[in-house]
Formats: sequence, structure tokens, C-alpha cells
Amino acid sequence: MTIRGAGRLEVAAEARTPQIVPSSVLGMLVFVVTEVMFFAGLISAFAIIKSGTPLWPPPDQPRLPIEATALNSLLLLASAVALILARRSFQTDRDKVRTRLLAAVLLGGLFVFFQGIEWVALLREGLTLTSSTMGSFFYLIVGLHALHAVVALYLLVRAYRRLRRGWLASSQLGSAEVFWYFVVGVWPILYVTVYL
Amino acid sequence: MAQTIPADVPVHDEAHHEESFWSHYVFSTDHKMIAMQYMFTGIFMGLIGGFFAYAFRMQLAFPGVEVPLFGVVSPNEYNALITNHGAIMIFWVAMPVLIAALGNYLIPLMIGADDMVFPRLNRLSYQIFLVSAIVLLASFFVPGGGFAGAWTFYPPLSSTAEYSLTPLGSSLFVVAIALEFAAFLMGGINFIVTAMNSRAPGMKLYDIPMVVWMIVVASVLFMLSVGPLIAGAVMLLFDQNLGTAFFNPERGGDPILWQHLFWFFGHPEVYVVLLPALGVVAEIITVFARKKLFAYRTVLYTVFGTGVLSFTVWAHHQFVAGIDPRMAHVFTVTTLLISVPLAEAMFVYIATLYGGSISLTTPMLWALGFIATFLIGGVTGIFLGASGEDIYLHDTYFVLAHFHYTFFPIAIIGFYAAITFWFPKMFGRMMDERLGKIHFWGTIIPFNFIFIPLFVLGLAGQHRRIYDFTNYPDLAAYQPIRVFATISLLVMFSFQLVFFYNFFKSMFRGPKAPKNPWQANTLEWTTESPPPHGNWKELPTVHRGPYEYSVEGRESDYWPQNEPA
Repeated sequence: MTIRGAGRLEVAAEARTPQIVPSSVLGMLVFVVTEVMFFAGLISAFAIIKSGTPLWPPPDQPRLPIEATALNSLLLLASAVALILARRSFQTDRDKVRTRLLAAVLLGGLFVFFQGIEWVALLREGLTLTSSTMGSFFYLIVGLHALHAVVALYLLVRAYRRLRRGWLASSQLGSAEVFWYFVVGVWPILYVTVYL
Repeated sequence: MAQTIPADVPVHDEAHHEESFWSHYVFSTDHKMIAMQYMFTGIFMGLIGGFFAYAFRMQLAFPGVEVPLFGVVSPNEYNALITNHGAIMIFWVAMPVLIAALGNYLIPLMIGADDMVFPRLNRLSYQIFLVSAIVLLASFFVPGGGFAGAWTFYPPLSSTAEYSLTPLGSSLFVVAIALEFAAFLMGGINFIVTAMNSRAPGMKLYDIPMVVWMIVVASVLFMLSVGPLIAGAVMLLFDQNLGTAFFNPERGGDPILWQHLFWFFGHPEVYVVLLPALGVVAEIITVFARKKLFAYRTVLYTVFGTGVLSFTVWAHHQFVAGIDPRMAHVFTVTTLLISVPLAEAMFVYIATLYGGSISLTTPMLWALGFIATFLIGGVTGIFLGASGEDIYLHDTYFVLAHFHYTFFPIAIIGFYAAITFWFPKMFGRMMDERLGKIHFWGTIIPFNFIFIPLFVLGLAGQHRRIYDFTNYPDLAAYQPIRVFATISLLVMFSFQLVFFYNFFKSMFRGPKAPKNPWQANTLEWTTESPPPHGNWKELPTVHRGPYEYSVEGRESDYWPQNEPA
């Protein structure tokens, strides 16, 4: 946990083949590919069950809050925009990076929070994990997305703390960015498949 | 991820630190030690998987007999034995030994790096793998015993405890598999990133030894295919424990859905373990034929093609699961297509051997044994890939024998080829050639004697997963064939003692190995045997491809990759 260590790393990297993509970003990219396939598996499972059920959504189940979630999704997209802006000023203005990174974390956190409120309301209305396959898939897919969002937010918070101490490397922010863009990018697809 | 914790990056001045037993053998971040951990865990699990095979083969040949060291096999125990034999051999032997152990050991050494890019992630990978193995072993001791619903864990057998009779075993089984995938996910990320970012200066993409390429492509296939299965495993766990009905048709679910999620992973998985073995064979035959690998780039493109195709064949496992015949035709075509690139790989290997000065050392025998036996596995696969014929052969011993003719060469022969070839590098001592050859013939001949009879039984209509065939009048007549297969199995197992004797005796008492005992070109042979922490005192630079053997106009018939022109 020293800055001396970071210096050594750069020396070690210089001696090897030039890296087109820094290792931590490449590693995260490979992981995100797996995650994409993971969500693809969930979505196709959902699509198969949905198409095999004559009446969808099941008539006795509560309706999902389409408009409220659409508004909430805007928060998530805004968070990604804030992160893009943070990256833009990374080389020039560290103070701007700080505020924008913080904005991204807060917007993302709000998204997860409002999703939680939505869950509580739906549970009260009678949509539970076992009430129907719709309920099962809703909590499974949206819940797994929320889990990913929380992990990604943790990575962003860690990047923010490193930035405050002054040793955030570009590639470290890069790997957190990749994961957050994945979380934001997969959401519209999930929204369209699960809610609409 | 190690980059976020910079102090963890291994550097050369750490190489001379005194290490305690714990930091050296247990919590090591050194890729070689992690490879050894994977390998020995894999061997240990292999012994258990082999013991299970012994127990249920004894039951099949001599129904109701008291099996020495096991006792009488009850019907549910029989189911648990075959289930866990399959799962262990694939997920806890083939995967850790071929991908994790060889990948960890060979990738940094063959590309001239001092370690993996993410050493701590690598260590975590092994630790999670170890936990997964312990969870699986623990599942045998819970009430009801280990999971007994076949290694593909199809619902409803896996999701409903009343059907499998193993309420706790089935959950633990799924948890163990999920943990194991998490472990290989970390390993795979490491392999891909290391091979792309840590190569020695001068090593271009076409200078990477074939086995490294194969492991990298296998990791990519694994990464791309494992997601849907993890999704399915989560859904299955929910079904087992939280009362959902993803796979229960009574409440709106679909059991066939699981088969799709499983085989979308399951079929690429075949290539995930096959490719490293193919790579090992490529390294060995070039060294012992003293010839350049025939058509390096073609092999590489073939492998990429195989990888892409392997994602389009999975439904050939569902020809009798109510699939639309038109869809079955599509999957028949893709399944038959995938035999083309693999046939080509076989021809390339034979072309590499053609006209070479071949020396039949033990590793070379294993490599040739791989080609010969895997060919039979591949050819019998064509019968099963044709949907019309599969309807007859499905779930018979023909499938079982075909499967073992592919996986035995991959997992067992591939492992023996690799271990006899790299043993001098791994342990710094030579193995005994004479014992090695005895072991080779004592394995390969009984292997064929076990599984060729099973093809015959399969064609006679013998179904898999039957506890006692003497209850079936039309199958009881084949009992002598079953006895013959089981006796061959016992012979094969007893010859494995020769290997273990040779392995441990050579590890401690074998003659010291020089740096480059086989006069091979690749980078791992340019460092000490065994390589020190950090692999080289001075990291190598690469000047040419890995297969420059018998180059005209040179005095020696090999040309190491790091030797300046």
C-alpha cells in the first residue's frame, strides 16, 4: 500500500511488451464479457418462460411501475454521464474529477435506493419471489442488477478515496469505469425486457 | 486487480527472501506454487473419482457383491457414485489440472514473464477452488448422502428433494459447482490478460507457443459460456431453497430451460478442456519429431473456428427432449461441421510427424496415444451428432463410451503427457523412462479393453444409469462383457501405481535435470530446473517463433526462442 509500489509497477510495465489496454482495464473487460453472457442467460430464460405463458403479465399479479422506474433510470444514466465527464477532466483538473465522481456515486446510489423503495411497495401489493414466475424473474433479474450496482458503486467509492489521497492511477479509474458503464448499459435492456 | 494494490506486485529483490512454510506452500502468490496446488488437488480428486468408478463398475459386473473397501452398493449410493464420478472428473480433475495447473505453470514461463498479472487474484482463485472441493466432499457426509441425480443435474431430479432423495446433497452440489466456476473465472481473467500484456519483448502474437494460445482460447470460451450456467445455477438454488418455480412446469416454469442453460456451457466446456490437451500434444510432437509445427497459423485459425462453432452445437444433447425436428437438423449440421476443424488439427499433427526424426520417449508415447484414442472419440461423435441415429443411441452406453474416448485422452492422457514432459522443469529431476513406458502400455491397452466393449453394449441397447442389468432378460446375456470391462478397469488402475511410484521416487531421488533436457525451443527451458521465484534472473527477450527445429544450415537441430540470431 505504498506509492513506492506504484512507481515500481510502472517500471515493470515498461520493460515488457507495450500494453494496448492496461492490465486492470483488460481484466475488467474480460470479466464484463462474462457478465454480459450471464445477463444474456437470465434474459433468454425470462423470454422463454414469458413466451410459454399464455397471459403475460399474469392477471392476478400487480403491475410493475413503468413510469416511476423510467424516471429512476434517468438517474442512472445521469450518473454515467457524470462519470464520462470525470474521465474527461482526469488529465487536467483533479478537483473537477472529484466533484463529478462524487456526483456519479450519489446519482447511482439514489437509483439503487429508489429501486429498494419500489421493491417494498411491490411486496406490499403482493408480488413476491414465489407468487408467480413473473415475481421470481422480477426479483431475480432486478435484484442481481442491484447487486452489481452496489459492487460497482463500491469500486467508484474506492476510486474516489484514492483520488482524495492523490494516488488514483488512470487504469484504476478505468477498471471501475468499465464496470459502472456495464451496470448502466445493461439496465435499459433489462428495463425493456422486464418492465415493458 | 493487483494493480490497485501495488505493493503486491512481485519484484526481483523479493526473490531472495526467506519464506516460511505457510507463505511458501499455502498462501503463495507464485504462479508455479499455485499450479502445484491445483495439480495436487486435482490428482487427489482424481483418486476419489477413480475410486467411485471402481465401486460402481464392481456393482455392474458383480451385482450385489460386497465391494472391497466400499461394501455393498445400494441403489441410491450407486446413483450418487455415478453422479459424483462424472462431476469430479470434469470439474475437479480435468478443469484444475488441464486449465488451471498447466495454465498457471506454463503461461508465465512460456511467454517470459515473472508471474501472472494478478498474483493475488490467482491465489484467491485457488483458495475458492479448494473450498469448492471441500464443499463437494462434505456433501457425501450429510444426511441423505451426496447428490444422486446425474452430473448434468437436470431438474426435477436436482430441484426436488423427493425425487433425488438427497435434500442437502443437491444444494451443496450446486454450491460447489458455482464456487468452482468463480475460481476458474478469476483464473481465466488472469490467463487472458497475462498472455496479452506480459509477453517478453519481441514475442509477437504468432511467436506464442501453441499450448499458451490454446489455454487462452479455452479461457475465452469458458468466459463466454459460463454466464448462462451460473444464471441457471442461481435459479436452481432458488428453486431448491427459496420455493421459486423456474424449472417446475406445474407453476409456470420449464425444465427444458435448464438443459439449454446447462449445455450452452456444457458443450463449449468440452473444447475448454480439449484445447489445452491439444496444445500439450503440439509442444511434445514438435520436440520429439524435431520438426516445425505444420501450419502454425492454420492451426490457430482452426482453433478460433472451433471456438466459434462450439457455441452453436449445444442442442444436440436435446434430440430426445422434445426438440422441434427442424431445429434438430440445424444442430445436426453444426455438430457435424465442428468435426471438420478438429479432423484438420489431427491431420496437421500427423503432417508434423511425417518425415521427422521421431524419438519414442514417454511423453511422445502419450502424445501419440492421445491422437490415436481421441480419433476414435471424435469419429464416434459423428454417429451421435446425427439426430436420427442419436434417437436410437441416446442415453446408451454408446454415448458413455464415446464420451470416455474423448475425455480420457483429454484429461488423463493429456495430463500424463504434460507431466512426463514438464516434470524435469517442475521438480528439477528426471522421471524413469522404463517405468514410464510400462505405465503407458499398462494404461492405454486396458483403457481400450474397458471402453470398446461398452460401445458394443451401447449398440445392443444397454441404457445408462441402470443399477443392475441382470434384472433385464435381454441385457443379462451380456454380463460377461461387463465383467471383462470391469477387470480391464482393475488392471488399468493397478498400473497407475507404477506412475505414482515413478512420480514420487523421481521427485526425490531421480537424476538431476539439466536446464533443457529435451533440447526444446520454448522459453521455459532457458531457466533453471525448477525455476526460482521470479522465474529468471534476467527476463528473456524473444527473437523467433517457438518451433524452429532442424533449421537448415545450423549445427544444432534446435534454436531457442531467446537466442540472438
